[in-house]
Amino acid sequence: MSLSTIKFGVVVFPGSNCDHDAYHVVKHVLNQDAEFIWHKETDLRGADVIILPGGFSYGDYLRTGAIARFSPVMQEVVRFANNGGTVLGICNGFQILLEAGLLPGVMLRNLSLRFVCKFVHLRVENTSTRFTSECQKGDVLKIPVAHGEGNYFAGDDVVKSLEDTNQVVFRYCEPDGSIGDEANPNGSLHNIAGIVNAEGNVMGMMPHPERASEPELGSADGRKIFASLIHSVVLA
Amino acid sequence: MFHSKITVILRPSILDPQGKAVEHAIHSLGSASVHNVRMGKHIELDIDAATKQEAERVTEEACKKLFANPVMEDYLFTVEERT
Repeated sequence: MSLSTIKFGVVVFPGSNCDHDAYHVVKHVLNQDAEFIWHKETDLRGADVIILPGGFSYGDYLRTGAIARFSPVMQEVVRFANNGGTVLGICNGFQILLEAGLLPGVMLRNLSLRFVCKFVHLRVENTSTRFTSECQKGDVLKIPVAHGEGNYFAGDDVVKSLEDTNQVVFRYCEPDGSIGDEANPNGSLHNIAGIVNAEGNVMGMMPHPERASEPELGSADGRKIFASLIHSVVLA
Repeated sequence: MFHSKITVILRPSILDPQGKAVEHAIHSLGSASVHNVRMGKHIELDIDAATKQEAERVTEEACKKLFANPVMEDYLFTVEERT
């Protein structure tokens, strides 16, 4: 099946280190248009989807994502998001979205105090988002995490609201899809691995779909997320 | 010129595994009487301002918008004049 091409903008902060991986997947694996956007730029170059990639923007100084949030490009990203533009934050990108107030909550240090880098399993909880439309409800995706601060936390009222409105998109699970503490790599509340905003156009996830979009890398499950975005934007 | 000393610390309701690890280390020193160890950040900065009130306002603003994330952290600070 052939698709029209959409344009991804991959923001590059000082300390981003998954920017090339994300670019590679959308450009070379999925054959889409893609451009890097340096954090000092204020023009999103007409991108349909903005990706805030993983890494250690500003060395994680102060708090993860706290300083990147003040980069010039973020004003434009916030404006883009507030106008309904599609934004995907991966790992450090998720942390930046939290600090920028585009998603609710914070990331605490992993409960183990360790940097965790391994494949995990994610249960898809919401397939009606533009990030997961190519998934089936209850699908289990095998995608790696690599972070020291992925322990999602928010006040009781915020978490309740996320759950009530189906904004939890991914939960850490066992390979069979069951949810438990054993499957939780970081202590995250309710095993939350990814959430979407109420409007449905901004998603943050700690696992790295760009590191699992080709079978040679051990899993191609991450491709479903980028493919969902492409379908959603083309159909919009 | 004014000088601010700022403390940013996890709110009491937030679990602090780092503080817990340090507490265990203190206990292994033999100080079993120590508990409730909480880790935070200490920040110092100089401010050019006409009045102490102005320096406090600038410090407060920086704490609110940058140094602390109110979802998980509290802050406190002192401001003193320096010549």
